[in-house]
Amino acid sequence: MLLTLGVVVLLFVVYLLWWTGVETSAAQSRLTNDLGRAVASAPAPTKVPGSLAASLGIDPPPPVPATGEPYLDLTIPRLGDDWRWVVVQGVGLTQLALGPGHYPGTVGPGEVGNFAVAAHRSTHGEPFAYLDRMLPGDLVRFSFGARAWTYRVDKSFLTDPSDVGVLDPVPGEPTAKPTRRLLTLTTCDPRWGNERRLIVVGTLVKGR
Amino acid sequence: MYAALWRMLPGPTAVRALTLIAIAALIVLMLFTIVFPWATQFVPGQEVLVN
Repeated sequence: MLLTLGVVVLLFVVYLLWWTGVETSAAQSRLTNDLGRAVASAPAPTKVPGSLAASLGIDPPPPVPATGEPYLDLTIPRLGDDWRWVVVQGVGLTQLALGPGHYPGTVGPGEVGNFAVAAHRSTHGEPFAYLDRMLPGDLVRFSFGARAWTYRVDKSFLTDPSDVGVLDPVPGEPTAKPTRRLLTLTTCDPRWGNERRLIVVGTLVKGR
Repeated sequence: MYAALWRMLPGPTAVRALTLIAIAALIVLMLFTIVFPWATQFVPGQEVLVN
């Protein structure tokens, strides 16, 4: 009986460390194909001539997909040359099991306000396993076909799990009107704990 | 537990062994598809959101 229990626990560890990653990897392959199709069938970007974004050389964001559908490509050179993930829409556990997720209710890439993305730091492919290695000045690049948005990291810090202010259009000022184009990445801290959240904040680099 | 199970199974040794393997495979399948995905929510490090 004790032996059986031991085997089940061991199998659970195998499931967490290996099998969730296999499933996420399979989901990412499918999402990569789906994103390619979404790019091909996306309406031409509605670049408003004379708009501030157009004059700054900032690409318009793609349409927000349905929950669980692929949204953007994400690369972070600091996390590895082959570190590449498809970001999905939504941050429920079902979506985060597929890959990094875009917080609904936050703006899209390149837009004025706070574009927020969350991902697992352990299990399910652990996209943000080493997010603690990010340094100010590091680049975070999102793309949708030929459109791209690059953010430069300003800072990273630990905070309380209930600190929803980090997602405000102007972080910490829920009623303020945003003027900057920010990026916020969130994950758990420590890596195998829920006690705190690791937050990385960046600003859009103009002209891609 | 396993001795009792072994005695309960019908047929010769080879058939019993095959039955046991099939049962074990079924249990592992159910663990990976139903029990473990459910139990994952209780593993620390699954909460990555501020909310």
